Amino acid sequence: MRLQAAGVKLGYGDRVIVDGLDLGIEAGTVTTIIGPNGCGKSTLLRALGRLLKPQGGEVLLDGKRIDRIPTREVAKILGVLPQAPSAPEGLTVADLVARGRHPHQTWYRQWSSDDEGAVAAALDMTGLADLAERPLDELSGGQRQRAWISMALAQGTDLLLLDEPTTFLDLAHQVEVLELVRHLHQEAGRTVVMVLHDLNLAARYADRLVAMRSGRVIASGAPHEVLTEELLREVFELDAKVIADPVAGTPLVVPIGTLSRG
Amino acid sequence: MSATAVAPRLLGVRRRRLGVLLALLASVAVAVVLSVTIGSKSVPLADAWHALTAPTGSENDLVIRSLRLPRTALGVLAGLALGVAGALMQGHTRNPLADPGLLGVTQGAAFAMVASIILLGASTLLTYIWYGLAGALVASVAVFALGMVGGRGGPTPVTLALAGTAVSALLYALTSALVLLDEQAMDVFRFWQAGSIASRGADVVWQVLPFVVAGLVLALVNAPGLNALSLGEDVARSLGQNIPLTRTIGIAAVTLLSGAAVAACGSLAFVGLIVPHLARPLSGTDHRWLLPYSGLIGAALLLTADVIGRVVAPPGELEVGVVLALLGAPFFVFLVRRRKPVRL
Repeated sequence: MRLQAAGVKLGYGDRVIVDGLDLGIEAGTVTTIIGPNGCGKSTLLRALGRLLKPQGGEVLLDGKRIDRIPTREVAKILGVLPQAPSAPEGLTVADLVARGRHPHQTWYRQWSSDDEGAVAAALDMTGLADLAERPLDELSGGQRQRAWISMALAQGTDLLLLDEPTTFLDLAHQVEVLELVRHLHQEAGRTVVMVLHDLNLAARYADRLVAMRSGRVIASGAPHEVLTEELLREVFELDAKVIADPVAGTPLVVPIGTLSRG
Repeated sequence: MSATAVAPRLLGVRRRRLGVLLALLASVAVAVVLSVTIGSKSVPLADAWHALTAPTGSENDLVIRSLRLPRTALGVLAGLALGVAGALMQGHTRNPLADPGLLGVTQGAAFAMVASIILLGASTLLTYIWYGLAGALVASVAVFALGMVGGRGGPTPVTLALAGTAVSALLYALTSALVLLDEQAMDVFRFWQAGSIASRGADVVWQVLPFVVAGLVLALVNAPGLNALSLGEDVARSLGQNIPLTRTIGIAAVTLLSGAAVAACGSLAFVGLIVPHLARPLSGTDHRWLLPYSGLIGAALLLTADVIGRVVAPPGELEVGVVLALLGAPFFVFLVRRRKPVRL
C-alpha cells in the first residue's frame, strides 16, 4: 500500500465533511474517485496529498505518517495538482515545468543537470517541447493542463494526485489529458489517484473506481463492479442504464432522469 | 525542440539575465557619480575623486565627504531597500498594487517619531530615526499578529491587507492629533512626510545599514519560496514549501527594509509600488532575478530623482519624495494605460 487513509476525519473548522474514512491506494494503479458535488472527494484528495491536515485519524505514505515526514521529502515522492491552478501572467511553459524541480533544489544550488534532464523529459512526455517558450496564458486549455501535469512530472514523484484534471476542458481535450495519464501509468509506472466528474471517462481510464457519497466510501473496485445501475441510484440519485462501452467494453452510463428532483 | 535542446536555451536566458544585471549595476554607478558631483555646488569629477582618495580639507572635499557622500549612500540604501521590499510585497500578496506601506511601517514610523518628540522629548535626528525604526517594526509586527487571527496556519494576503489598512488608519489619526499639540513635532513631521535623503549625516547611514543588509539577506533567501508561492498555496505546499515560514521570512524582510528606509528618509513608499513594474519586463516572473533587479532600479531611480530635485529649482532644492511623486505618478498612469497591469 503506497498511500493510505486510516479513519480520517476531514473538514474546515467546525464543518466536518468526511468522518472515519478508510482508503488504500495500491502501487502502480490508477484510482479514480467519483461522487456527487460536495461528497468530499476533493477534500479526501487534499488530505491524501497533505494539503489538508486531518482532524482525526491519519494518512500514511509508504507506511509512515505523512505529517511526520518533512514536507520537502514528501514532495519528492508525491505530487499533487490542485483543481484549476493559476500561474502568474507571462510565465512560460519551460519556467513552469522548471518550478517542479523546487523540492530538489536548495538556496545555494539552484539548478543541476538532473533538473535539466527531468524538465526536458517531462516536456517530451507531455508533447510540449515545441511550446516550451510560449507563455502559459497563450495556450489552449488542454495544453495548459498538460503543462501543469508536466510540472508535476518534473517533480519526479512516482505518486501523482490530480484533482479534476479535466475541468473546463472540451471532450477532445479531456481525452487528451486522460490519454496522457494512462501513458504515465503504463509507460512510466506511476501510481495515480484522481478525481473525475465524467463517469464514462472515469470507467474507461481507471483500474479502480471509488464511489463516495456524504463523506463515505459507498463502493470501490474495478469499474464494472462499481458502476452499476443500483449504485448510480444510491450515490447520484440518478436513474440510468449501464451498457457496455462499444469501444472499450467498460461500463457506459446512459442517464434516464433523476430520482429526487425528477 | 528535442530533449537536448533545452540546455542551450536555458544557458542563453541565464546569459541575458546576467547582462541585464550588469547594465543595471552600471546605471546605479552612473547615478552615484551624478549624485556625488551635481548639486547647488557642482564639483568636477577629478575633484570628487581627489576628495575621496586624498582629501586636503578644501571646500570641495568638505562638500563631498560630509554632504554628498552620505546623501548618495543613503539614496542607494533606501532605493535598494524599497525596490526589493516592493517586489516582495507584491509577490506575497499577488497584488500588483501592493506596496510596503501596506504593513503599516510608514504610519508606524511617523507615529513613533512624533510621539517621541512630544512625550519623550527626543530632539536629535538620530534619536527620531531610532524611534521611527522601532515604530515601523512594532506596527508591522502588530499587523502581522492581527493578520494571523483570520488565517489558518499563518496570515493570508487578504487578512494582512485588512489589518495593515486598519492599523495605518488608526496610527495616522493619532499622529494627526499629536502634531496639532506641538509645533516642533509638526515641523519634523512635515519635513519627514515629504521624503528626503538630504542633511542626514554618515551616522544615519551607519544606523540603518545593518537593517537593510539583514533585510536583503532574508529577501534573497525568500526568493525561491516566493517562486513556488506564486503558483498558489496548494501547489507551493505540494512542491514541499513551508508556507507559514516563507511568509514570515518575507514579511520580516519587508519590515526591515521598508522600516529602515522610511524611518531614515520619510515616506518614499511610492518607490516600492512602481519599481517592480519596471523590473518585471526585464526579469520575467522569477523572483531570484526580480528582487535584485528591483533593488538596483530602485537605487538608480531614487538617486536620479534626488539629483533632478537639486537642479530643478535653484537656488533651492525639491525633496526627492516630491520629485518622485511628480515624475512617478504620470509615469505610472502611462504604464498602466499602455500595458494592462500584470496578474501575479
